This record gives sequence, structure tokens and C-alpha cells, in this order.
Amino acid sequence: MDSALAVHRLHFAFTITFHYLFPQLTMGLALLIVILKTLALRTANDHYNEAARFWVKIFAINFAMGVVTGIPMEFQFGTNWARFSRDAGGVIGQTLAMEGVFSFFLESTFLGLFVYGESRLSPKLHWVSAFLVFLGSWLSGFFIIATDAWMQHPVGYRLGPNGQIILDSFWALLLNPWTLWQYLHNMIAAVVTASFVMASIGAFYLLTDRFIEHARIFVRTGVIAGTAATILMLFPTGDGQGRMIADHQPVTLAAMEGLFETSTGAPLVLAGQPDTDNLKLDNPIIVPGALSFLTYRRWETEIKGLKDFPRDQWPDNIPLLYYSYHIMVGLGTLLILLMTLCAWWLLRGRLYQNRALLWALMLAMPFPYIATTAGWMTAELGRQPWLIYGIMRTSQGFSSRVSAGNGLFTLIGFMGLYLILGILFLFLVHREIDHGPARGVQ
Amino acid sequence: MIEVVWFCLVAIMITGYVVLDGFDLGAGVIHLFVARTEQERRRVLASIGPVWDGNEVWLIAGGGTLYFAFPALYSAAFSGFYLALMMVLWLLILRGISIELRSHIESPIWKPFWDLIFGGSSALLALLYGAALGNVVRGVPLGSDGFFFIPLWTNLQPGPNAGIVDWYTLLIGVAAFAALAIHGCYWVILKTSGDLQQRSREFGARLWWAVLAFTAIITFFSFRLQPNIAKEFAEHVWGYVFPLLALAGLAGMKVWSARARDLSAFLGSCLYLVGMLTSAAFGVFPYVLPSNGSPGAGLTVTNAAAAEYGLYVGLAWWIPGMALAVLYSVFVYRHFAGKVADE
Repeated sequence: MDSALAVHRLHFAFTITFHYLFPQLTMGLALLIVILKTLALRTANDHYNEAARFWVKIFAINFAMGVVTGIPMEFQFGTNWARFSRDAGGVIGQTLAMEGVFSFFLESTFLGLFVYGESRLSPKLHWVSAFLVFLGSWLSGFFIIATDAWMQHPVGYRLGPNGQIILDSFWALLLNPWTLWQYLHNMIAAVVTASFVMASIGAFYLLTDRFIEHARIFVRTGVIAGTAATILMLFPTGDGQGRMIADHQPVTLAAMEGLFETSTGAPLVLAGQPDTDNLKLDNPIIVPGALSFLTYRRWETEIKGLKDFPRDQWPDNIPLLYYSYHIMVGLGTLLILLMTLCAWWLLRGRLYQNRALLWALMLAMPFPYIATTAGWMTAELGRQPWLIYGIMRTSQGFSSRVSAGNGLFTLIGFMGLYLILGILFLFLVHREIDHGPARGVQ
Repeated sequence: MIEVVWFCLVAIMITGYVVLDGFDLGAGVIHLFVARTEQERRRVLASIGPVWDGNEVWLIAGGGTLYFAFPALYSAAFSGFYLALMMVLWLLILRGISIELRSHIESPIWKPFWDLIFGGSSALLALLYGAALGNVVRGVPLGSDGFFFIPLWTNLQPGPNAGIVDWYTLLIGVAAFAALAIHGCYWVILKTSGDLQQRSREFGARLWWAVLAFTAIITFFSFRLQPNIAKEFAEHVWGYVFPLLALAGLAGMKVWSARARDLSAFLGSCLYLVGMLTSAAFGVFPYVLPSNGSPGAGLTVTNAAAAEYGLYVGLAWWIPGMALAVLYSVFVYRHFAGKVADE
């Protein structure tokens, strides 16, 4: 592999992975805060307002981190992926510019009112500002997913004489069928992350016997939203996303599943290690026929294995893709089980006393982050070796004039800077959690 | 023709960014000098607190607009100025967190530390933005593939082997530093009162002479260095309206600030920035990124633009979208109008 290519890939992968730790919480949390504020308006129970206020503080820290780590993302399309941007900018520039124009102005305007304006706005207007921040962040998610979906499944374009990719249909770009499933799957994943974070902090307070009233709201809201969201992750959104891949990226499906041989009644692999030298899966644990059934709703359908695709179409890092996908699915399943169990105990009114479940909830916090990151790695590694599926290879897209050394220099710079950001972030969030939800307007 | 429309719209976005984020950058530059006490520093930050994030969105939205309207320019410039742009990114990150994190902890170490980061990153950003503009006016060594890569500095000469920093771009950088500093100064005067305001008035009055001098110097050298400027102004005499705007703004700054008409002085400084930037855009037109090696090889408004269909479709969403964005901005600025109060 050309080392400049590797550096540019790692540059984007590192900065986007770090960046997305923050929006995945704020997008989900924005919804949960709107729910808490709605309950506060409806019930006149001030605990809901205090709960919302606490989460607004956590939201604000995460949002600031999301903003400062987000700016480099748009720039990197030009700095590190110049050939891709020159040829495809006329198409994906549309959705990226729309994100700025339609969602960032909205978000940044109402964020100030939302975070600092509670004392100067009526409760209803403050609710409106929360809702607009939620709307802005979910719109922003849409435009980003539409951009990525076009790279996964390009539509509405034609090729120009010099290799430029020319936009042919604006509506095809916006209403790409890939966008729908990917957007729903991704946004619900954000709700999963926010639910687990909320429930986890609630469980922490209950276990340490502090802020009991607020903690119960956190656990209750987190568990109810989390149960719904974890199930929706599997069906219909995960299922829909999976069928998109089966239809449009069959070689990716084979690589994700570690399926080397074409087979009717293809098995679902629960565990095993792909061995790309000998083209087989080591020590697999399988469910016979299940992959065919899940993909096509029939146990006998044939699914093509890797061996029947040309080598140059294979994703270039099959083990990493395979592990990412299996970690996402495995964690997703565990998260569903944990949330449903908690919901059952909540329904019976005994969750707050069940220390074992509260411990599990508290410790579960990192896992939705890992599952989401693994999910994105699956999507992006699965697209390889293409930058734009079927049109442009990743090796054709990076900035040819930016050498590996320059790229490595700035990558290391980002790593150092983000390490400091991460430490500051943990420090500040720790302080807020330690301080806890306070009473009354501040 | 549609390309020219988009050239104007991108110019408006960039000008909007410089005018809006310019005053909060400028406030960052001067606050270390004019705000002496913790309370005064807090007031400077409170004056930009509700708006700086929205101002920075003009950079993101402007970058996005540039990306889809002129993909060849976006990709060439961003990869060519790679090292400088990465520094801009790091500075924007440091500046953003310094504003957001400062108020979290009451400590005699924590706050001054972030004040220093805030002031330093604002100052370096003003310099780098100016140097970037200088690079665009001077031209870059574009290759036949439409790309280039330029080192940070070479021999400080603006010739064909120039780096990002040469004496000319450095000069533009310092001029931009002075222009944004005075812009931020008028903002602080407008939003505060008492000693802080008085000190800012004195600072601004002295700074004005520097801005005047730099305006003359950079105008002289820009005409000498980029022959396209003289050619454009000679061919289209109406273009003199742009430098006249800048001069009117500059005069207004002097007259109004002396009479303590603070809003007018601030608007004068907005006008000055608009006039200077539009003059530069007019002067390099039809180039969007001239070549300093072979004059014919530059990126122009036509050869850098995206295909027509996308540009027409873009108008259909861009105009209502930006109209909404301007409405939000008006709403925020009105909501937080008037002097900042101590909490």
C-alpha cells in the first residue's frame, strides 16, 4: 500500500472517530432533553426541569467538543482528499454546504438561548429553543448521512469528459434509498448512546445514594428510551441497512460475514477468525442457514462467497471489517438484552432496588460508543477499496501533493491535541457529574 | 454567467465571515491589552459569548459553498496550503475551547491561562487569514494537474518559489491583524462602559493610524505585485467603488469614534473590511487563484466552477437557506443588543 494513502486514510479515520464520540451523544441527548422538558411542562414536577438543566450542562460540554473537532472534518475533504473533492465536489459539496446553511446556523443561534437563556425566556420559549437545537442537530445528521450514502451508493450523477462527476438529479441525491436506512440506523444509535449515558449516570447516583429523585428520572427515561431504541436498531433499521448492503455491495456482505465459499443456505457466523491467506474461517461457531434467512427471508437462498468475486473488488482489510461488524452486532444484542431486562424490572417497580442491574447499567456506558464506532468502521471499511462505490477507488482520491511525511506530521499533531481535549473533557464532565443536578434556576 | 453569480455569493460568504468573526477575533486580540481585571475580561467574553459560535458558522457554510460551487479551487487551495490550514484548524480548536472552558473553574491559574490561549490563538488566526489572502492575490505555483504544494516559507521573496510566508504575505498578515484588532476594539467600545471602554477608545485611536498606514502600503505593493489588479481597474472603472467604500469606512471610523458614536464607528469598520475584501476579489477577477509562475495557468471563475445544473439547483436552496440564516443572526444580535451587564 502506498504509504501516503495509508496516512491520509488514518488521518481521516482518526479525526472522524474522535469527533463522532461527541455528536453521537448530543444528537441523542437533544431528543431526551426535549422529552424531559416536555414532561416538565406537562407535569409541573420541578425535578424534570432540574434533570433537564443537568443534562444541558453535559450537552454543552459535548457540543463544544463536537464543534471544535467538527471544523477539521469539512476542511479535510480539501486538504487530504483533494482529487476526490475536485472530481466529486459538485455533488457532495451540495449536501455539505446544505448542512452548514440549514443546520449549523439554526443550531448555533438557538444553542446560546438553550444553554444560557432559561432565566430570560418563558418555559415554553425555552422548550422551543431546545426543540430547535434538536431539529438542527438531526438535520445536520441527515446531510452528513446523505453525503456518506452517496459515497456508498452513488445516484443522480453522470461522468464528465475529464473524470469529473456531475450532478444530474438533485432529488435523487437527497432521496437516495441508502440514505433512509443509514440515517434511521445512525440516529437511533445516537439515542441508544444517550439513553445508556443517562441511565448509567442515574444508576451511579442510585448506587452511591445521591440525588435519588433525579437519578430515578435518569434511569427511568434512559431505560424506556433505550429499550425502544436498542430494539429499533435491530429491526427494522439494522435489517434494512443489511439488505441495502446485500443488494448493492454483495462483496462487502461476504467479507463482513467471513463467507469465503458461495453457498445455498449460507450459515450465520457467531464467532471465528477470517484467515485471508488460506481463504477460510478459523474455528467458526455457526448457525446453519441463518445468513440466507436473515438476508433474503428464505433458508435456501444462495449467497455468493468472497472466492467468487475478483480479488481487486474485495475490501482491503477483511479481518478488521469482519471484527468491527461482529463487535457491533454482538454488543448490539447484549445492549438489547440488558435494556429489556431493566425495562422488565422497571415495569415491576423494582429496578431502583436491584443493585446488580444498576451495576450493569452503570458499567454499560462505554459499550454503545464502541458499538457505534464499530458500526461506522463496518460501513467505511466495507466500502473499500472504493472511495465512491464503483466509481472512484480510495487510492485515486487522496491529495497527491501532500506527502506521507506532511500527513503524518499533522496526524500526530491532531493526536496530541485530541489527547489534551479528551483529558479536559473527562475532567469537566467529571466535575459536572460530581456536582450533580442542582435545585432551582441558576 | 452563473459562475460569476456564485463567485459573488462566495465572496459575500467570506466577507460575511471576516466582518462577523473578525470582531470576535479582534476582541480576542485586544482583550489582553485593554481588559485588566478579571471582571473586565469576563465582560469582553460576555460580549462575544452568545454570537461567536454563529459567526464561525459563516466559515463552515462559506467553505461548504466554495466546495460545491468551485470544487477545483477548494481542493487545490486546501491541499496546497496544507500546513497553514492545519495550523488554522488547531488554532480554531484552541480558541473555541478557551472561550467555552474558561468559565468552568474559579481559579487564579485556570482563567488567565485560557485568556492567554484565547488572545494568542486569535492573534495568530488574524495573521494567518491575512497571509492567506496575500497568497491568493500573489498567486501560487499551480501545476498542470491544477494542484500545488507550497512550503511555509522559502527565501521570503514573493517570486515563483515563494512560500506561504514571504514579505508581501506577511505584510498583508500584519495589516489584517491591525484591521481586525481595531474592528474588535470598536465592538468592545460598543458593548462595554467605564474604564474598559475608555482604554479601548485610546487603543483604537492609536491603532487607527496604523490601519491607515497599512492600507496605503498594502495597496501600493498589491498593485505592483499582481498586474491583474491594475488591468481590471483600468478596464472596469466602476470597480473603484470598492476601494472607495473602504476609504469611506476608514474615514468614518476616525470621525465617528472621535465623537463617541460607537455604533457608527463599528459599522464604519465593517464597511472598511467589506471594501478591502471586495477590492481584492475585484482585482484578481476573473482569477480565483492566480498562478505566480505562468500567468495563464491560474484557476479562473470558469475553469474552477462545478457544472451548470448543480449551480442552478444550488441557487434554489442557497438563497432561502441564507435568508433564514440572516434572520436568525438578526434575531440573536437584537436579543443580545446593548451593553453587557455583569452577572
